Amino acid sequence: MSAAGVAESLLALSQQEELEDLPKDYPLSPSEDEGDIDGERKHQKLLEAISSLDGKNRWKLAERSEASLKVSEFNVTSEGSGEKLVLSDLLGPVKTSSSLAAVKKQLNRVKSKKTVELPLNKEEVERARTPLEQEVFNLLHKNKQPVTDPLLTPVEKASLKAMSLEEAKMRRAELQRARALQSYYEARARREKKIKSKKYRKVLKKGKAKKALKEFEKLQKENPTAALEELEKIEKARMMERMSLKHQNSGKWAKSKAIMAKYDLEARQAMQEQLARNKELTQKLQAASESEEEEGDVEEEGELLVPDAVNEIQMDADGPNPWMLRNHSSGTKEAKIQDPEQLPEPVAHETPESEEEERPGAEEEILLNEFKERRSLRKKAKLNQDTKPVSGQEPKDSSSQEVLSELRALSQKLNKENQSGKQKVSSARTVRAVQREDPTEEEEEPLLLQRPERAQTVEDLEELGKEGCFQNKEVPRSVLEGQQLERNPNNHPGAPKEKKKKEQMIDLQNLLTTKSPSVKSLAVPMTIEELEDEEERDQKRMIKEAFAGDDVIRDFLKEKREAVEASKPKDVDLTLPGWGEWGGVGLKPSAKKRRRFLIKTPEGPPRKDKNLPNVIINEKRNVHAAAHQVRVLPYPFTHHQQFERTIQTPIGSTWNTQRAFQKLTTPKVVTKPGHIIKPIKAEDVGYRSSSRSDLSVVQRNPKQLTVRHKKQLKKNSVD
Amino acid sequence: MKVKMLSRNPDNYVRETKLDLQRVPRNYDPTLHPFEVPREYVRALNATKLERVFAKPFLASLDGHRDGVNCLAKHPKSLATVLSGACDGEVRIWNLTKRKCIRTIQAHEGFVRGICTRFCGTSFFTVGDDKTVKQWKMDGPGYGEEEEPLHTILGKTVYTGIDHHWKEAVFATCGQQVDIWDEQRTSPICSMTWGFDSISSVKFNPIETFLLGSCASDRNIVLYDMRQATPLKKVILDMRTNTICWNPMEAFIFTAANEDYNLYTFDMRALDTPVMVHMDHVSAVLDVDYSPTGKEFVSASFDKSIRIFPVDKSRSREVYHTKRMQHVICVKWTSDSKYIMCGSDEMNIRLWKANASEKLGVLTSREKAAKDYNQKLKEKFQHHPHIKRIARHRHLPKSIYSQIQEQCIMKEARRRKEVNRLKHSKPGSVSIVSEKKKHIVAVVK
Repeated sequence: MSAAGVAESLLALSQQEELEDLPKDYPLSPSEDEGDIDGERKHQKLLEAISSLDGKNRWKLAERSEASLKVSEFNVTSEGSGEKLVLSDLLGPVKTSSSLAAVKKQLNRVKSKKTVELPLNKEEVERARTPLEQEVFNLLHKNKQPVTDPLLTPVEKASLKAMSLEEAKMRRAELQRARALQSYYEARARREKKIKSKKYRKVLKKGKAKKALKEFEKLQKENPTAALEELEKIEKARMMERMSLKHQNSGKWAKSKAIMAKYDLEARQAMQEQLARNKELTQKLQAASESEEEEGDVEEEGELLVPDAVNEIQMDADGPNPWMLRNHSSGTKEAKIQDPEQLPEPVAHETPESEEEERPGAEEEILLNEFKERRSLRKKAKLNQDTKPVSGQEPKDSSSQEVLSELRALSQKLNKENQSGKQKVSSARTVRAVQREDPTEEEEEPLLLQRPERAQTVEDLEELGKEGCFQNKEVPRSVLEGQQLERNPNNHPGAPKEKKKKEQMIDLQNLLTTKSPSVKSLAVPMTIEELEDEEERDQKRMIKEAFAGDDVIRDFLKEKREAVEASKPKDVDLTLPGWGEWGGVGLKPSAKKRRRFLIKTPEGPPRKDKNLPNVIINEKRNVHAAAHQVRVLPYPFTHHQQFERTIQTPIGSTWNTQRAFQKLTTPKVVTKPGHIIKPIKAEDVGYRSSSRSDLSVVQRNPKQLTVRHKKQLKKNSVD
Repeated sequence: MKVKMLSRNPDNYVRETKLDLQRVPRNYDPTLHPFEVPREYVRALNATKLERVFAKPFLASLDGHRDGVNCLAKHPKSLATVLSGACDGEVRIWNLTKRKCIRTIQAHEGFVRGICTRFCGTSFFTVGDDKTVKQWKMDGPGYGEEEEPLHTILGKTVYTGIDHHWKEAVFATCGQQVDIWDEQRTSPICSMTWGFDSISSVKFNPIETFLLGSCASDRNIVLYDMRQATPLKKVILDMRTNTICWNPMEAFIFTAANEDYNLYTFDMRALDTPVMVHMDHVSAVLDVDYSPTGKEFVSASFDKSIRIFPVDKSRSREVYHTKRMQHVICVKWTSDSKYIMCGSDEMNIRLWKANASEKLGVLTSREKAAKDYNQKLKEKFQHHPHIKRIARHRHLPKSIYSQIQEQCIMKEARRRKEVNRLKHSKPGSVSIVSEKKKHIVAVVK
């Protein structure tokens, strides 16, 4: 619950109280009013009856249409015969007196006045109008007397009666403190509501989320079924998130941000934040997602989902259910890990200050602190101005400063007491724990001792407020504590036993991988997992059945062996039976002869797939492919690699940039249609036409000259 | 209220400068585009096939001559104008765009042996069997004027060929000797002769404009320098050379069309071995002309076909023929290197595309890119058997085809005999002569 929530609940409570109180303060009581109205009516009737006696305002003669029993001579009808004229009525004055008129006036005035609406505005209730009232108000406040509330509720009174004087005083002080706190929180909540800083809101939201998580964890321990419901809610939220594209940076806003992200750091951050949020929302709760190997997670999941009751039952039964066993082991482990958190919780209930530990580096905390400090500074700066609205919100305190200072002193005192109490409790518990479970003790104690004392922060105060709230309704604290103490032991005693079982569990898990467990458990995620496992196994089995006949690998190996054999060069046997020895049916040429005429072909080069066990390379020439292959190296190339390289470089625009494509495809000679191409001139290539024609030509086209030509030229010139 | 706003990231569409290329969202990661070689191979194959599908080189036939077309000349300034001389002494001027004859001149009695245009394009010269050299105006005569040559030179012997200097008002004729004329004079500046046979053609070098080449019936090719009074050198081949043509981009290279079905590309500095022997024709090669790019030339043959050879290949890349085309006497490659004209015995001048499958007209940039790419692919995979086979496949008339087969057999027989001779003679006494050297008899200086 948030601070605001707390404040609201407190407000509602206080209003209820006011409602109850209000009628007593009000001068008019309904019963009186009722009686008054009744009397008046009677009186009216009487008046009418009397006035009808005189002649002026004569009664209409009642016509008699039928025979009646009562017939009077004065034409007195029997109307209203049920009411008897009483003597006292007759004795009174005929005309309404002046005193009655005064009453009427008063009534009218009351009526004309605006009726007070319930619940009353605070100002209306508290405004001290007359000097007398003010005096009373001041008096009351000096005594710290609640204005509208009764000092003590009946329950409190009863409990006060039950307590000794000392205790009663203590309690009373506490109660007062609580009330002050309540008002203080109301004011604070209002102030906080007005804060417009986005950053602050963000931080607050984060804090809230964190808190919700913690609360959920707590709930999980206390009320598993509710926790399950909560879990379902979370799961549903996750589903919604996964279905929607809300935080996937695909919206219009996100897109615009994405464009700006290049230039704007803030936009980038915003985007990242969105993504992070999405991740967080879509993150699967560790249930069912993790594999079995990750024990810690599985255990947590088990701890998350399986109600404590199940564990307890299991413990009692101590059956051979492996899944349950695992759950138990998880319980122990969880206990090991989370003991430090679990144990302090009851303590947190006892002491308003002690509150869930925050991580030391938590940023929000620091930020919130900053905010708080700033606010407090501002407040100090304009104390006098502040007092008015604050007092408006805290009806019970005339000067909030005093209250605050007093409060601080008080809370400090309480703190100390609580600490001592806590330590006592914790020490007592550790002793108990030592007695029960030896292995966990060492881990537990230092953590317990490490709990740091708290500075007064916003969270602290919130916790305080909550405490106050609890106290108001309160089930006696001791009872709660007792319960928790009882519950904790419940979790613990099984621990050593379960450790042993865990060691067995490893084997069991191994077994699980080989054969399917027949036991169906209660926990949903586990069953799902198992179902998946079974599906997989089914699939595998089906595939196996379908392809039962063919062993692909063996076939392949065989095929390869055959291919290798076939590709081996065969020896040529040139033995002719009957030459140089006896021949005939059943006679074989001698081994010597066979050896002599057997021509062994040399081993060919090693196969290319010799070292590739899963490949068969056919080294025979493929006729169909060969039809498309170049048989001889074409003329300008001197090595096949050159040729291959030219072929392998693509020139199309599919593989090359536009410019490269253009360069690659430009023809060597480009002619324009409709243009006369003149013969080349010496000037065209940068030479002046010379009288020595031969020379200029030679120089102009050095490329065309082969070596032979050059030689020839030399010879010519010599000649 | 919900405010809807357009929001776009400028990084996606803004160029840093307007000269930048537009962004093409494309990932060149090679793993995303696998099988580059097979894919390009298929593309090349398709390109090759398409090339064959679209190979329709024949454009037009210009008919009007009443006898076989003996010579052709290009206009030096106008692509659309072509001059042709026929065997009946008629000269016609054609407009290629209209594919019509725009002027007809009865220039000579008997054959028009040679025709050439002046470098400025204002007039042209013809020589004929009537021993005259005539100069004509390119433009037709005015109204009421008679069709008359500007100048007429009466010679003593028959002129068989004529060519004009590329820069100066000088032209050369050939017949019994090579005469070099000044346009203004009626007698030659100088006459050069080497041997006693008739000279069939003379050609000026378009780059080194003082050089001339001529080929004579006594199987030799003679080179002259205009500035000297005597010829430079000559090479004697196995058989007569009909004509020669200089490479317009390489000053010292010329190609000779020979009677022995081959063409020889010579480097004039080293005449004893031709640079390349081009063989594919199955009959005498009558004419040859270079593409203005200097990379290819076209040859006309008595075997009723014309072939296009790359300068550095011994085999032709293309052969053109039609049913009605008879012995092709003259051939010319237009100055824009896109078309080929050939004049043949059966009085027609035919216009061909130099690139059989080229699309005519303006190409869009994408078409151009595709064309270039396909061309490159074809080049890249030209050695692959499938592609090679498709690219080389041509339909030939049966006569040519069978002659080719015959030639193959003969060649093989000759080779075998040579090998046998080598085998059965004393080592060192007989040596195998390479194809290039085989046809050269001698070089004389």
